[in-house]
Amino acid sequence: MITTRNICKNFGKLAALSNISVSLNAGETIAMIGPNGSGKTTLIKTLLGLVIPDKGDILYKGQSVLGQWKYRNSIGYMPQIGRYPDNMRIGQIIDMITDLRKDDNVQVDMELINSLGVNRMLDKAMRTLSGGTRQKVSACLAFMFHPEVLILDEPTAGLDPLSGEILKDKISREKDRGKLIMITSHVLSDLDDLVSEVIFMEEGHVRFHKKVSDLQAETGEVKLNKVMAVLMDPYYDPVMQ
Amino acid sequence: MKKITKYVLIDILRNRFMLAYTVVLSGISFSLFILEDSSGKALLGLMNVVLFIIPLVSLVFSTTYLYNAAEFIELMLSQPVRRKVLLNRIFSGLALSFVIATATGIGLPVLIYGATMQGLYLLLSAILLSVIFSALALLASVITRDKARGIGMALLLWVYFAFVFDGLVLLILFQFADYPLEGAMIAMTMLNPVDLVRIFMLLQVDLSAMMGITGAVFQKYFGSITGQVISLSVMVLWMLIPLVIAVKKFNKRDL
Amino acid sequence: MIRILQIILFFCFYVDLFAGTITAGTKQCPRIADAIALAKKGDTVLVSGGTYKESPIIVDKSIVLLGRQMPVLDGLKKHEIMIVTENDVTIEGFHFRNSGFSGYEDVAGLRLKQVRNVVVRYNHFTNTYFGVYGQHISNCHVLNNTFYSTAKDETLSGNGIHCWKSDSLLIKGNKVSGHRDGIYFEFVTKSHIEGNMSTGNVRYGLHFMFSNDDTYIGNSFVDNGAGVAVMYSKRVTMLRNRFLQNRGEASYGILLKDIADSYADGNFFEDNTVGIFMEGSSRIKFTQNQFTANGWAIRMQASCDDITMLRNNFKRNSFDIATNGSLVLNNIDHNYWDKYEGYDLNKDGLGDVPYRPTSLFSMISERNEAAMLLFRSAIVSIIDKAEKVLPGLTPEALKDNKPSMKPFNLK
Repeated sequence: MITTRNICKNFGKLAALSNISVSLNAGETIAMIGPNGSGKTTLIKTLLGLVIPDKGDILYKGQSVLGQWKYRNSIGYMPQIGRYPDNMRIGQIIDMITDLRKDDNVQVDMELINSLGVNRMLDKAMRTLSGGTRQKVSACLAFMFHPEVLILDEPTAGLDPLSGEILKDKISREKDRGKLIMITSHVLSDLDDLVSEVIFMEEGHVRFHKKVSDLQAETGEVKLNKVMAVLMDPYYDPVMQ
Repeated sequence: MKKITKYVLIDILRNRFMLAYTVVLSGISFSLFILEDSSGKALLGLMNVVLFIIPLVSLVFSTTYLYNAAEFIELMLSQPVRRKVLLNRIFSGLALSFVIATATGIGLPVLIYGATMQGLYLLLSAILLSVIFSALALLASVITRDKARGIGMALLLWVYFAFVFDGLVLLILFQFADYPLEGAMIAMTMLNPVDLVRIFMLLQVDLSAMMGITGAVFQKYFGSITGQVISLSVMVLWMLIPLVIAVKKFNKRDL
Repeated sequence: MIRILQIILFFCFYVDLFAGTITAGTKQCPRIADAIALAKKGDTVLVSGGTYKESPIIVDKSIVLLGRQMPVLDGLKKHEIMIVTENDVTIEGFHFRNSGFSGYEDVAGLRLKQVRNVVVRYNHFTNTYFGVYGQHISNCHVLNNTFYSTAKDETLSGNGIHCWKSDSLLIKGNKVSGHRDGIYFEFVTKSHIEGNMSTGNVRYGLHFMFSNDDTYIGNSFVDNGAGVAVMYSKRVTMLRNRFLQNRGEASYGILLKDIADSYADGNFFEDNTVGIFMEGSSRIKFTQNQFTANGWAIRMQASCDDITMLRNNFKRNSFDIATNGSLVLNNIDHNYWDKYEGYDLNKDGLGDVPYRPTSLFSMISERNEAAMLLFRSAIVSIIDKAEKVLPGLTPEALKDNKPSMKPFNLK
């Protein structure tokens, strides 16, 4: 569904992305994993057109999307840190985005708004919100318009456990509907039952992009954090398995 | 895409600053008209407001606004919104709110106390300068990522257009005093929108003196239809060129 | 002057009692010339309405020539229309039209030639090259006439009222427009010009040369090519005249060139490029004049001395006083300047610090005209402010030591 071809991006001397070529298919839930500063968020922002790559191309359903904007109709994006105009209220933000994106023939998805309790805080000004509440707003916005692709940057970070579970349930249901979901998270245990593929990034490179089942077989571990621990072990040698 | 303009406008108008600015502008204008013994003298005072305060406020407010709108811009751009459209709409929203503020703050007093050609010219100039300097602010804020540097750049632009440019012109004038410089002077004024406005106002307020210049060259040029059309087009260019460059830069900018 | 008038009126009236009346424009007497031929000294010749194409008409008898229903005297663009060669003549109620035009001869609508006690009143002059042309005349009155012509440039146009080597004239209540000079005096003395309106003339509204002891009162000079010029004359009195909208490169409310011992009071200067331009003039007193919205209220060349300016109002002028050098021996105290920013702590109505009416920028633009394009820019204001604090280039002596805080109430 989304394919990147040799994407490169430098911030000054720092190579944030080097020759990234991945293809992300519908129906997959892909975990993007890597240490801080490995380029995960940059890659996500590149897919969204927020960061313009120096080289390479991004295809959505076979079409290049560089400089395009309509394809974002198919993307629900939940940023790592949701930044919103301070002087707007939650309700106004939701109305505004709805106004911009709504397809008149389709009902908006109010599920998260209700289940996360955002519907009871519509009058709150954005500047008064805690980080967790902002995350809830971001989550609601990402899921509202039935996007075919969901890009979730640290979705559960800052959420209370209950809300985190609600969100994970939601992700799981969307996955079952055959959406392409990309998640970055540091909390690998959150991803356990969700993800079908893993992209591991380091210093702007994709070290590997594999199916979870293959990785489990490779390492003999079931839990994702264990899998990764094995893979990260400097003495680990896949050939030995 | 009209919706974006709507939200930008709502956002700016919600900002107390615009309201305060309108009130201060109209306060200054009304008190000038009430305190000065003639509307001509009041217009002279107002002319200084238009030439110095309006560019300064437009530059600083617009730059600050644009930096503060970073979240809004980011939010919008993760939605199906075109960058070019977003920036154009942000600019239109800014420009429109300045037009409203100026039209109320200066236009109302002028219409009540000094609805002369001079007054109307001044109002038009005020509006044009507000818009032009918002465009320059847009460019400044797109070029520099850092807020402090961006505002610094806006202030430098103001100092340049309000003071330095005329100093340079004066210098040139005396370096080449032996040559007929009238044509060159007209060309030079095109390089500074503040000067263009000032000269248009000079031809209103100080017409008697301007007609005393040999051949009344300035009056003939700026008073002619051709001259006015050219000057107005130059003003429009002063608005469009920064805007176009800003859009180009913005299209390549990472968020 | 009034006495002279009384005598003249009495004289006319007295003659009239015994004089006969002859009517021109009838079957018996179709031409004006015929009627004049029939008339005796002191007779009245009545001219009926209609158009008379018999110019030039020579008036060589002391008669009253009176038009009824504005008879038109048409010069067919070839001739001088009427010539008066005898004293004690009154010309009233005629429409002089289409005199000849000539590049080398001064063709007039009405020529007064070496005469005394002639009265010209209530006539119209349209498209006459010169309107009234007086030469060597004395004690003549030109009253309430209108002069309208369509002069385009200085070379092919004449003056409305032109007087040469004359004295004791009264020019009053006339309206002159579209000529070269509205009123032209050369070697005319002891005369009185009052309540005339001179507008839209190609050169000067009033042009005054070598004419001493003249007074002009309550005239209006509006939108003339170069305003009013008063040159090489002494003892000129100017009261309550209005000088408006005389704008252009060499255009002045009044140009004073080599004038001495004169006096101007209660005049009104508005929207002129230069209100008063003075050159080589001395001992002139200006009081209670108002200068409003002129480019330069006063331009004084360094060749002027002993100029006194008291209690004048200066409002909204681009520049108050400009000069080309250092001025000495002038007294410009107790005026009102709207640009004055001083204070009056002792509340005597006079500012406590002097006002300097000459700005540095006015001197800069004097030397470099193109600099005018920088007028009212911030840099210029800064330079001017600096100069006001520490005068270096502007003439130190040129200042009003006790400027009035409030404008004078001048009509």
